[in-house]
Amino acid sequence: MKRVAVVRFPGSNCDFDTLHSAQRAGTDAYFVWHRESDLKGADFVLLPGGFSYGDYLRSGAIARFSPIMPAVQRFAQAGGPVLGICNGFQILCEAGLLPGALVRNSRLSFVSRPVALRVEQTDTAFTNRYRKGDLLRMPVAHGDGRFVADDRTLKELEATGRVVVRYVGLDGGALPEPINGSLDDIAGISNGDGNIVGLMPHPDRAADPAIGNTDGVGFFTSMLHWTGTASAVRTARGVGA
Amino acid sequence: MPYKVHVRIVPRAGLLDPQGQAVEHALGALGFAEASNVRIGKAIELAIEAKSPADAKARASVMCDKLLANPVTEDYLVEVES
Repeated sequence: MKRVAVVRFPGSNCDFDTLHSAQRAGTDAYFVWHRESDLKGADFVLLPGGFSYGDYLRSGAIARFSPIMPAVQRFAQAGGPVLGICNGFQILCEAGLLPGALVRNSRLSFVSRPVALRVEQTDTAFTNRYRKGDLLRMPVAHGDGRFVADDRTLKELEATGRVVVRYVGLDGGALPEPINGSLDDIAGISNGDGNIVGLMPHPDRAADPAIGNTDGVGFFTSMLHWTGTASAVRTARGVGA
Repeated sequence: MPYKVHVRIVPRAGLLDPQGQAVEHALGALGFAEASNVRIGKAIELAIEAKSPADAKARASVMCDKLLANPVTEDYLVEVES
């Protein structure tokens, strides 16, 4: 069974949803407290949503220096698959494991509602069970979800297929109004190898038939099918690594 | 000796600052039509044990690069009280 570490920070509040979703997908998922320094033989690492350290200074800025993070950094940089959901995505950006940053929503209000996403990239550790163009519905719940990056980074993300999911209208068409003001309506991105993925929406809140939505299940079942070959595949296709 | 250091953090020029915009509109509504380019950031005060003001400033800059500011979205300015 795949071993999946769900890291808990003080202020994480989607830790149980994420653990449950990973277990339901058929993995051996367990919690790791942020004060620990060992991932206990994890095959995958999940950083759940919440408000680590009360979002003090900037969302994710302080969690990024937690004692567990050097182990997460080493794991990710060695090709280990890491998924950051919501606050987890913010932590990955603050840690420099993903480019760009997540800043205050353009309308300043906290958005908590279902959104629609279009799957743009399936060569990742967490989206390989979807097909390109799939339309997913799942909730967002964030105040700091506006993805920003400099022009060069943004162009590179788009050109190398590193935008993983994008906000679209509920019917799959254009967004009638921005969700949070993210550049290019970006909801989630990956690193070049597809082993590190971050997204603001919550697949962990859409992964159990008991709550009426299973669109997010693929993020967790993808772990069972990841062979870590995305980089080689993309290089072969000539679309960058 | 400890130096009192003021760090001013502002959103990068060119980055949409919705808080600044909202406050600018409110100022306009109050009749302050002369106010423009409102940007909202953070002010951080701290004491730094250092040999000289220049040393304190250099240490504060390293702190900004590592933690206090996000280089993707923010610029910072360090002032040391003499």
